[in-house]
Amino acid sequence: MLKILKYSFFDLIRSRWSYVYLFFYLLLGVVLLFLNPSLSKAILTLMNVIIMLVPLIGTIFGVMYYYNSKEFTELLLALPVKRSSIFLGQYLGVAISLSLSLVLGLGIPFIIYGLFQSGAIWEFGQLLLLGTFLSFIFSGLSYNIALSNDNRIKGFGYAILVWLLMAVIYDGAFLIALNMFSDYPLDKFALIASLFNPIDLSRVMMLLKLDISALLGYTGALFKKFFGSNWGSLIAFAILIVWTIIPIFILRIKSARKDF
Amino acid sequence: MIKIENLHKKYGKNEVLKGIDLNIDNRGVFAILGPNGSGKTTLIKCILGMVIPNSGEITLEGKNIQNQWKYRESIGYLPQIANFPENLRVTELIKMIKDLRQSPDFDETPYIERLGLESHLSKRLSNLSGGTKQKVNLTLTLLFDTQFIILDEPTTGLDPAALMILREMIEEEKQKGKTIILTSHIMNFVEEISDEIVFLLEGKVYFKGSADMLKAETDQVNLEHAIANLLKKTEYA
Repeated sequence: MLKILKYSFFDLIRSRWSYVYLFFYLLLGVVLLFLNPSLSKAILTLMNVIIMLVPLIGTIFGVMYYYNSKEFTELLLALPVKRSSIFLGQYLGVAISLSLSLVLGLGIPFIIYGLFQSGAIWEFGQLLLLGTFLSFIFSGLSYNIALSNDNRIKGFGYAILVWLLMAVIYDGAFLIALNMFSDYPLDKFALIASLFNPIDLSRVMMLLKLDISALLGYTGALFKKFFGSNWGSLIAFAILIVWTIIPIFILRIKSARKDF
Repeated sequence: MIKIENLHKKYGKNEVLKGIDLNIDNRGVFAILGPNGSGKTTLIKCILGMVIPNSGEITLEGKNIQNQWKYRESIGYLPQIANFPENLRVTELIKMIKDLRQSPDFDETPYIERLGLESHLSKRLSNLSGGTKQKVNLTLTLLFDTQFIILDEPTTGLDPAALMILREMIEEEKQKGKTIILTSHIMNFVEEISDEIVFLLEGKVYFKGSADMLKAETDQVNLEHAIANLLKKTEYA
């Protein structure tokens, strides 16, 4: 698997799009630090961008890479290489190169700015960690979608739909539900519902880390009680890990059954 | 040896293989023939583990190949449509395949020279013509000195000179005691080169034997007519 990972990874970091992605983050980091003299405010703005954009880029790259490397995959399948290694290697190649672009693109300007001297290093570290998780989760989901759909247009459509659902629609539906059932105690429902969406979960975790849970409004107190404690954070991270493992697990099963 | 027992494969409602039984036991050249859509490529892909059969069993040298991958070390495969990662150069591709097969010691230069690929080595695969791609493909298939060689339409895109070289190469592999399985629609080629013919029709083995047997059975003097005759007979049957 490591050999496949190596070839996929080098193939990707040689491609133009990885550089575009990297430079976008470099630019974003530099601009935010210029406009925002306060590091923690820059991190807050960055969070809003990352929460939306990282899943979207992960989704697009996952789908695109699968369809673009189809020929390579077919070549590999006739070689003495384990099937699951081929797909896991390719998926990890995408996820790792995306995460690397994110961490390097944002990390470099912040280090130059003097991150290590400031107290915001933990917040920033958590932001990058969450971004990495989101890259893995969404490229995994979309890679699976591409694997199940031979029709590229359909594959792209479904993948974008999943992103839209998680990033936008879920929140809307969640708010409507809270509003409609506002006569009932909804604390537990709200808490559980946010666990089922990695984007919401990341946002909540980050807001609590930045200690602006007031932004969370109605359920804020409950979240703080739950996520703010060590146990709460641990559970939240555990759920993110589960979110990361599930696509890999499905990938193994799906790839073992597919005909080429 | 390759043993195939009661192999079935369906794509959705389309039943492609309807119970194939086939023994490929002695060394030599086996030609798998059949009309378009008779399941030749599907059968080959089942042997390679790229297509997963619905039922049935394939054993290679006595070992069941289901969910295995190690056995592919003994197979060289030339796919029907030569699709390669486009951004790679020819030398990079050869190096990569050697690395993935974990056999860095095989020397490709004799094949490169023989097929006249020297001037293409530093070109990107996306810039190669169909015939040149096929030559690269052939190099990669024969390079690793595998016991089994599977050639799916090896003649595609080759010019007459290259076709002669291909014929010589297959002959040489045969002399070395290899088992060669090929499909082709060019009957002269098949007739000259094959020791045994397997004729697939509607997902079943319709005929297995030598070209002479087939000609005798259909009362024809050449293989092309014999096959055409066979097809016509089944159409009106």
